[in-house]
Amino acid sequence: MSETNIDIVNKGLGKRYRAEKRFRIYGVCAIAASLIFLAFLFISISSTGYTAFQQTFIRLSVYFDPEILGDTTNREGLASANFPAIVKQSLFKMFPEVQSRGEKKQLASLISSGASYYIRDMLIENPDFVGETIQVWLPADDDVDMLIKGHSDRGLVEAERRLNDRQIDWIQQLEKDGSIEKRFNKIFFTVGDSREPELAGIWGAASGSFFTMVITLLLSFPIGVAAAIYLEEFAKKNRWTDIIEVNINNLAAVPSIVFGLLGLAVFLNFFGMPRSAPLVGGLVMTLMTLPVIIIASRASLKSVPPSIREAALGVGASQMQMVFHHVLPLALPGMLTGAIIGMARALGETAPLLMIGMVAFIVDVPSGFTDPATALPVQIYLWADSPEKGFLEKTSAAIMVLLTFLIAMNALAVILRKKFEKRW
Amino acid sequence: MEKKRDFISKKEPLVSRENRKTVGYPNVENPRMTCRNVNVYYGDKQAINDVTLDIGRNEVIAMIGPSGCGKSTFLRCLNRMNDTIDFCSVVGNISLDGKNIYDKDVDVVPLRAQVGMVFQKPNPFPKSIYENVAYGPKIHGFVQNRTETDEIVETSLKKAGLWEEVKDRLNQPGTSLSGGQQQRLCIARTIAVGPEVILMDEPCSALDPIATARIEDLIDELRENFSIAIVTHSMQQASRVSQRTAYFHLGDLIEVGSTDQVFLNPLHQLTEDYVTGRFG
Repeated sequence: MSETNIDIVNKGLGKRYRAEKRFRIYGVCAIAASLIFLAFLFISISSTGYTAFQQTFIRLSVYFDPEILGDTTNREGLASANFPAIVKQSLFKMFPEVQSRGEKKQLASLISSGASYYIRDMLIENPDFVGETIQVWLPADDDVDMLIKGHSDRGLVEAERRLNDRQIDWIQQLEKDGSIEKRFNKIFFTVGDSREPELAGIWGAASGSFFTMVITLLLSFPIGVAAAIYLEEFAKKNRWTDIIEVNINNLAAVPSIVFGLLGLAVFLNFFGMPRSAPLVGGLVMTLMTLPVIIIASRASLKSVPPSIREAALGVGASQMQMVFHHVLPLALPGMLTGAIIGMARALGETAPLLMIGMVAFIVDVPSGFTDPATALPVQIYLWADSPEKGFLEKTSAAIMVLLTFLIAMNALAVILRKKFEKRW
Repeated sequence: MEKKRDFISKKEPLVSRENRKTVGYPNVENPRMTCRNVNVYYGDKQAINDVTLDIGRNEVIAMIGPSGCGKSTFLRCLNRMNDTIDFCSVVGNISLDGKNIYDKDVDVVPLRAQVGMVFQKPNPFPKSIYENVAYGPKIHGFVQNRTETDEIVETSLKKAGLWEEVKDRLNQPGTSLSGGQQQRLCIARTIAVGPEVILMDEPCSALDPIATARIEDLIDELRENFSIAIVTHSMQQASRVSQRTAYFHLGDLIEVGSTDQVFLNPLHQLTEDYVTGRFG
């Protein structure tokens, strides 16, 4: 009995501290690993995507030739006017030595095939340009764009390049004149999809996502919160509410593509709603988000201390007054957080949208809930699937835009929680 | 009262521990609330056995007993707070001014306005002091405009002895007050609704002795206008604030009598064990 209690404690002390130290090291390793993965994700996406925010433009002296244009004072005249010829003519004027038909074609391919639309839009805005010569920056073709941005290697043998030696000579000449430069890519942020990478923009998909999210928020938040309040505060706890609760929890775990199929069967085939429309997308997303919001709202209602409920009932508040005057304000931050996280999940969801036709190639920017549209994640999927090299950076840029939205939404959730959180 | 004292002074042998019938004087003349043969069940478990007790006018009745004896459960039956527990059922007759509060046609909302409650832990709403007090009168429609509300807030806070401390900061949150002040705020909130009976469930258990003393003084003052039923773990508190004391033991009401009698000359063996500290 020479060993006292304190000796036993001291003997075991080292082991205890070692265990704690080991655990701390595990924790630090876990954090470091997740940060490395995250950093890798962000760096790889940004490094390929940031170039998409700039676009190569070529400066041309465009002569609005009345002979080529014809009558441009009315709609029909504008529609039939040969704007591509105007662009080509201006380009050929810069390189008078180019004469053969084949070379002319090669030269013309340096400029984006969409350039003529910009010329047309200019003329519509300024009808008095006819007969005048204007300096215009027009988007270059995506092959030129890739070369200028350094994504294509000039040192490759000619056969392996998208641009031949003559075309590279012309580009070098343009570079020497300062007639070719990278500028901020306004196109990317203002237009819809296109087959040409240099003319493709994210705005169509972003508006599609926006309309879809509006429908989702308007439907899922009120319905979800009302369902949660009823189940948590008013419904009697019996077998039926148990069954409902289990089913809601199960719904939250259902793969999203199943909701897509449901939307296809119910909304499109049964109710005959328009295909590819944000309205249907929003409805499907609502079905998907609803269980998440209900679960989050119920959890935040549960976390309101019973003492507040008793206090309200004790002064004679009715059940509903208790809920709406006291419980709901305290539970609202948690509900908002749940809703925003559910919305963020819906914003990043692709699979159900494929099922209801929001994967179509849609050039126009949707202007309403029933216009054909696509969504940001679907646009990423579509671009990632495209063979043109120019879409590689567009894909990454679109991911950056989507991530920016997601981070903004999560930040909003944090801010709202901090703002409305009350302590008691 | 004199008669009772004579009876006690004879010092009859105590009722044995096995006998669980209520001894003493559960009835008073002209009671505010009467409870007859009240049984409370939590599911299959019976929490209160056949309790008969009156709550008189302008008196403080203390309910004492060891933990789990059902005194809080009984108190919560008096304004039907137990309704919120799904599996709790109350059998028997509890009347307020002659009307059974468990009748089908009785609405709990006006009942709880008549029988207010102060809880163990101070639980002000996370709103301003002013709103805490004004909330009850507002939802019941006692006040029509700001002036009337101001008036009722001021008189309630004065009655609760809190006015001088908070009159300059009525817009601060009620939760910013100290524990004792919060509890007095909760009392003011209850008074503002104008109840006939105030139930207090261990109102001082979370407070320090000084705050406790203030609440006890307040309870004594409130007795002039209200009937008060207070559950307490502190026998000293019961003896200080109450006129009558009821001793509960494992769901049975063992003994009821004037506070002096229960503490000085208990009739029942269990009561004596408890008040002398031999048990519980």
